[in-house]
Amino acid sequence: MSNSIRVGMSEIAVSKSPDLLVTLGLGSCVGVCIYDFYIKIGGMAHIMLPDSSTTNEVTNNGKFADTAIPALVSQMEEKGSLKSRMVVKIAGGAQMFSFAGMNNKMLIGPRNVTAVEDSLNALGLRISGKSVGGNLGRSIFMDLSSGVVKVRMLNSPDIIL
Amino acid sequence: MVNKLTPLQLDAIREVGNIGAAHAATVLSQLLNRKVSMTVPQVNILPLAEACDFVGGPEEPMVGIYLRVFGGAPSKILYLFPEDKALFLAGLLIDEPEKCRNLLGEMEISALKEIGNILTGAYVYAFSTFTGINMLSSVPALAFDMVGAILNTILADLGEMGDYAVLIETKLMACDSSIDGHFFLIPDPGALTTILDALGVKR
Repeated sequence: MSNSIRVGMSEIAVSKSPDLLVTLGLGSCVGVCIYDFYIKIGGMAHIMLPDSSTTNEVTNNGKFADTAIPALVSQMEEKGSLKSRMVVKIAGGAQMFSFAGMNNKMLIGPRNVTAVEDSLNALGLRISGKSVGGNLGRSIFMDLSSGVVKVRMLNSPDIIL
Repeated sequence: MVNKLTPLQLDAIREVGNIGAAHAATVLSQLLNRKVSMTVPQVNILPLAEACDFVGGPEEPMVGIYLRVFGGAPSKILYLFPEDKALFLAGLLIDEPEKCRNLLGEMEISALKEIGNILTGAYVYAFSTFTGINMLSSVPALAFDMVGAILNTILADLGEMGDYAVLIETKLMACDSSIDGHFFLIPDPGALTTILDALGVKR
């Protein structure tokens, strides 16, 4: 029996084949999917914000790119995964709303994407597929039996990463 | 921190939300020349992980009109309408309903933003008169997308301050069900305390 596991805002989930990890309706948030094809386990993080240093107190690692990604990687390592086998795919980071006179701080989507890429780089992980930016929201479906990540957007064909 | 409110505080927030929404509903009714009714506001305090879930399904396509409120109690305001109702609304305002039936064009978007502007003006005016808090709203922005993605984007920056979102929700509808929308006031962390103070139900 495969379970479908919902990963909500700021949550991190790790599971094994044949489960499905799902995030519905990502806007400016970024979904990070990591898969170990050898032991068929995978994890997903639903990241809201780029940088934990702007906050006084990190109550939840899953919220920030710079804390969520190391947490996700170490949760996978605890389950026997190795960094060298990890395949990374990311999706999200859209700019849903635009205001006149918007400043850089409000461009949270693109900032999330950059921060996610930086954090992955710092751990020596390479991104093998991505669907980021633009102004459309996304849903992600990660099949842990194959590692295939499907990205769904409103009124457009699915993207397979 | 904000995840617990006393019944008195909840009542006070509901009441001030009610006054604001009633003004907005009156204005909408005048604008469209139809009877518009509203529900008593619901105050939802939700963990961020669940906050995107409770308006239909997260993948439900909706039109969202989003405004920021600045001043004494910085907040966000969001209107959500199903696509067909949004087009109908835009049609009523433009007065050429047959012309905006299928697509959210520039004209329809502009009309919907203006509706957001007018309703927010009424809401914020009533709210700030009642509480004595100075408030000013931004220009509106609009998105047509999955409702989860819209909420997700708006709530993301609340994460910097806490793990909970406070959503004060009112439903607006016309009696012939031609209009049916959700209205949200989402106080920034800290703003809720200011509002409670102003209402004399300090925590």
